[in-house]
Amino acid sequence: MTAALINVPRKARRGDIIEIKTLMSHVMEPGYRRTAAGDLLPRDIITSFACRYNGEEIFRADFFPAIAANPFLSFFTAAKESGKFEFEWVGDNGFSETVSSSITVE
Amino acid sequence: MGMRHSPTTTRRKFLGLAGSAAVGGAVPIVTMRSVDATPAMLNAAIRNLVGEAPVRTGKVKLDIPPLVENGNTVPMTVSVESPMTADDHVKSIYVFNEKNPQPNVGNYYIGPRAGRAQISTRIRLADSQKVVAIAQLSDGSFWSATADVVVTLAACTDEVI
Repeated sequence: MTAALINVPRKARRGDIIEIKTLMSHVMEPGYRRTAAGDLLPRDIITSFACRYNGEEIFRADFFPAIAANPFLSFFTAAKESGKFEFEWVGDNGFSETVSSSITVE
Repeated sequence: MGMRHSPTTTRRKFLGLAGSAAVGGAVPIVTMRSVDATPAMLNAAIRNLVGEAPVRTGKVKLDIPPLVENGNTVPMTVSVESPMTADDHVKSIYVFNEKNPQPNVGNYYIGPRAGRAQISTRIRLADSQKVVAIAQLSDGSFWSATADVVVTLAACTDEVI
């Protein structure tokens, strides 16, 4: 079950600089909180994010516990050609999600 | 994680609460567990990244609210002045904090194809503190911007009820 929100323009002119917005549903438990009983809640975070544009990596990020729950991230890229963006989040406890989005460049 | 308070931490907390009282009219009770991150850890994390290279102030813009009610989700944008060409671009942006349990916030690897060196995200702040953004350019130089944020409700270390 993937709960991701991706915002990529459907169309762009060649050379346009476009903004890509991403949000992945995730608790991002930082690993420093305790229950009322005093037990430490183990860390459970997304540790990395990558974006590929027609197979080429154009953006990558490392996340730490200081990233808020349901990590939101926006960044930019130059629209070069029509094709596909692939987004990948990887994290603790085997978390791995991939989402894609297409763009038409004229 | 003991209850270690340095005099400066206490003073900063007091100032943070005083600031929130002035704005909000009421002092919230901050039941934050004291954490061990220190300005020294921030400096060590930055040295670990840049080595002996100088970090200059400038080129980097760090947009973050100076006063936030809720440290659990603080919007932040980092942008860097750069032509973003093959010869002259931003390679990466690193964000650090002063007083969360650990000094790293996020690392962002961009490159000339980005067209614009800018990222936005939402972060957690466990206390009123300094946030530092550092950019590494394609010539290897490091540039930085710093912002002070007053937090009235801390994140990360609160008890789960």
